[in-house]
Amino acid sequence: MKLRIVVTLKNGVLDPQGKAIEHALGSLGFSGVGEVRVGKLIELDVADGITDTDIDAMCTKLLANTVIENYRVEKQ
Amino acid sequence: MKTAVIVFPGSNCDRDLAVAIESVTGRKPEMVWHGESDLPDGLGLIALPGGFSYGDYLRCGAIAARSPVVRAVVEAANRGVPVIGICNGFQVLTETGLLPGALMRNEGLNFVCRDVDLTVENSQSIFTSRYDAGETISIPVAHHDGNYFADADTLDRIEGEGRVAFRYAGSVNGSARQIAGIVNASGNVLGMMPHPERKIEAAHGGTDGRRLFEGLLEAVA
Repeated sequence: MKLRIVVTLKNGVLDPQGKAIEHALGSLGFSGVGEVRVGKLIELDVADGITDTDIDAMCTKLLANTVIENYRVEKQ
Repeated sequence: MKTAVIVFPGSNCDRDLAVAIESVTGRKPEMVWHGESDLPDGLGLIALPGGFSYGDYLRCGAIAARSPVVRAVVEAANRGVPVIGICNGFQVLTETGLLPGALMRNEGLNFVCRDVDLTVENSQSIFTSRYDAGETISIPVAHHDGNYFADADTLDRIEGEGRVAFRYAGSVNGSARQIAGIVNASGNVLGMMPHPERKIEAAHGGTDGRRLFEGLLEAVA
């Protein structure tokens, strides 16, 4: 089974990379672009029998820093 | 004082730190590789150096924080052994949870590399006893991810407990409340982004960093 884990900064946490991209899009002439947030996509190939508890543990112990980040798991 | 400097793949301030510690304590630190699962006995200080542990892949300090040797460092810290993490070492300490908060990309997106003025907030810790509270010192920074973040409750708590050791005198990287270094609740773990090991001798342009190690030696020896 493939997992896609999307890690994003929590709301309210300043995202300087997002700000820089937002600025660059504006200077390219794209109007109407609101706030830009940059995240990470981590793809994992895992055994079919993996439990949700294990997936959550992987996310909270390593893949996301829950002080500043949220994560979302997509199973494929 | 017997000391250990932990070396990760990608550490690049380990030698500077070892030279600084030897210069103050008169004794060469043991260099301990990240894959070790045990630390030498009788350590008076464990030091986590600056650099780019494991290439800083995933997040700064994240993979180092889960390395075998850092499990031993966490155990030692919980037993009360003094631990200092400088720059990447600070990032590693927040990733282990020994220190609260997280270090994020600098607000201005630039790598900042220069001497900065710091205010010593608390001179009661084993790390800051050779400074005066409120004193301004000059210590170099060199980092891309030094923007300290913690939620407001955590910030209020560490401020209230006098755990902010150093604060930037001006804006450097966007750190919450200009925090440059903090200690844990027991006072035996310090994390700071500036590099005291680079201000040890007059030839470095100043000796403000030396007093940190001198204070430690006095407290621990």
